[in-house]
Amino acid sequence: MSVKHSLLAGLADGERYGYQLRAEFEERTGATWPLNIGQVYTTLNRLERDGLVEPAGQDAANHVFYRITDAGREELFSWFARPVTRAERPRDELAVKLALAVTVGGVDVAAIVHAQRKHALAALQDYTRVKARLDPAELAASLVLESMIFQSEAEIRWLDHVEARVLRHARESQTTRVGGPADPGSAKGAGGAAPTDADASTRTSRSTRATATARKGKAI
Amino acid sequence: MSGKTILELRGVTRTHGKGAAEVHALRGVDLVVRAGELVAVMGPSGSGKSTLLSLAGGLDSPSGGEVVIEGTTLASQSKAQLAAIRRRSVGYVFQDYNLIPALTAAENVSLPQELDGLSARKARVAALTALAEVGLQAEADRFPDEMSGGQQQRVAIARALIGERRLILTDEPTGALDTETGEAVLRLLRRRCDEGAAGVLVTHESRHAAWADRIVFIRDGLVLDESAPLQRAEDLLVGDEAQS
Repeated sequence: MSVKHSLLAGLADGERYGYQLRAEFEERTGATWPLNIGQVYTTLNRLERDGLVEPAGQDAANHVFYRITDAGREELFSWFARPVTRAERPRDELAVKLALAVTVGGVDVAAIVHAQRKHALAALQDYTRVKARLDPAELAASLVLESMIFQSEAEIRWLDHVEARVLRHARESQTTRVGGPADPGSAKGAGGAAPTDADASTRTSRSTRATATARKGKAI
Repeated sequence: MSGKTILELRGVTRTHGKGAAEVHALRGVDLVVRAGELVAVMGPSGSGKSTLLSLAGGLDSPSGGEVVIEGTTLASQSKAQLAAIRRRSVGYVFQDYNLIPALTAAENVSLPQELDGLSARKARVAALTALAEVGLQAEADRFPDEMSGGQQQRVAIARALIGERRLILTDEPTGALDTETGEAVLRLLRRRCDEGAAGVLVTHESRHAAWADRIVFIRDGLVLDESAPLQRAEDLLVGDEAQS
């Protein structure tokens, strides 16, 4: 998220001081990305240094007001016009974790997927609860919240896909083994970066046992 | 969740066929749903979700275990008693609406009450109230084929909500609806549960399950796991703010 452009957007229709900018940003985005006030003032200093904002005096309570400059307005609208490049985001830890999990022997991939799905669903429940109470007229906040809902949903769909792929791979590995002598290395090729047949079989049976154990005595 | 227990499944099993063709649709499920609670049931196709719902509503009988609605064990009831429980206590919403094509919206909604002995006039008043609750009072005298899919599903919801039904069972209720109409249906279901009904929502869509207080995961006829009861939504935002 660009704090710099968020502050420029906050100054686009009038002079503001730091706390006002933070409060307005949080209101517009449904308080989904709280801004640290220290970060607000550090960024304002940088924007002033770069000529994108300028001081606009103080009020009786010593609040220092800022206004956007022509260069700042140009930078803001240039930012709106530029597509967001996802490649700039940090590496996806979940994708990397699962990629490593399917290559390390003895890891219960199904359990990792299920735990992550529960975590994502809990977040989705939270967002949905907030959305249910949100006034539909609050367009800006609704859009941000819905973006988080769609992202959680996409993660859960991807996890479903991973689970199906891992299960199918384990079954195919078992079928290959039961059907006759197979090339021990063939599963690695088929799965992209998969463990051996024996590993897959072990994990599956371990997962089943763990599930059965967890179920004993469970009342829901 | 501390409401009164409305639905309870105790070690419920359901087996179809015999011998080599035997299929275990449910293999020992325990479930408690309380007043004021909406529980989502998620799982892949064929996992037993819809079987669970049919058994919970007395539309099917378990091979083993017990289904208890408001303290009454369904297996101990005669067919007539069971039908009365289904009419008075249980509301169903199916993916394909299950409306009777030859009846108007109001007649579809009032039918269970009329079958239960209420006069046609009183049943119509109750139906109009239920239709108003789902925003369809103006469509009361339309037939199902004169309404959109979303309107038909809202009629089905009105039929499920009419009277004093305390258990609402829904099977993919938004499956055929666009996102906005589907969300309106879920808001209705949520509101009814907030007002004290117990709800079960079978779905494979995480977005829909997110409206529930609790999510039960089912696979191969067994409960795999369940989510913890819902935390207050504000905690998430306050927690993030505290870290910044």
